[in-house]
Amino acid sequence: MEVTAAWYMSLAAVLFLIGASGMLIRRNALMMFMSIELMLNSVNLTFVAAGKELGSLDGQLAVFFVLVVAAAEVVVGLAIIVSVFQSRSSASADDLSKLKG
Amino acid sequence: MVELFLFFILAAVAIFGALAVVFARNPVYGAMGLMITLFSLAVFYVMHLAHLVAAVQVIVYAGAVMTLFLFVIMMIGVDKDEDTSEKLPMQRQLVAGLGLVVVLLAGIAVVGGRFDWVRPATSSVEVNGTVQEVGLLLFTDWILPFEATSLLLIIAAAGAIALAYFGPRRRDREDA
Repeated sequence: MEVTAAWYMSLAAVLFLIGASGMLIRRNALMMFMSIELMLNSVNLTFVAAGKELGSLDGQLAVFFVLVVAAAEVVVGLAIIVSVFQSRSSASADDLSKLKG
Repeated sequence: MVELFLFFILAAVAIFGALAVVFARNPVYGAMGLMITLFSLAVFYVMHLAHLVAAVQVIVYAGAVMTLFLFVIMMIGVDKDEDTSEKLPMQRQLVAGLGLVVVLLAGIAVVGGRFDWVRPATSSVEVNGTVQEVGLLLFTDWILPFEATSLLLIIAAAGAIALAYFGPRRRDREDA
């Protein structure tokens, strides 16, 4: 049995699904953030698998940019979470429903 | 044969780690689960000859980003009594139904064996993601996104510093 690109894409779909459900189930802002990272990584896997299937390096380049954007996002997001925690001493997303200082 | 073997083991590990992110009570365990998922994806990248991407995955993602996550988990403490009760009606059922549809579609894709819209390589040259190849492409075809990335990183760094500097605690101190 040969492992085709479709297998990798299916695995990526499953990982994306788990990440999306984590995003919806968890209330801790940090865990929601980690679920986003999981989804980004599943997309990276599809990029690399499709790039190999198409015989193109562009997929791997796209992964680099996803990585950079994810890193920037994590830096700002975690800073916001810490900042919110300092003012409300809670990291739960439900506590942030009122958008007022 | 080796690839099949590796695929099943690493896919199982990756899914286990992903499930740990969703279901772990302790955020540190969740972070560890995400880390093993990242590592198994790095092995997949090596199998796809994406060497540089695999290295960056381990160094930047599993190294830097996850360390940052663990730092923040340690900093703001670990609250284990997370309230996961649902406030929106029917959301769980809706999500489960949608998830089922996605799994079904993925199953069809596997049974079909190949995505029609993914045409096999036109050239017989195998994609080899070495530093040289990737770097060459990065500084020719992808130069504009690359430069835009530098701007993004500066904005992110400035934003993080601004949040830390003008954050709530700072304001309290000035009031007092």
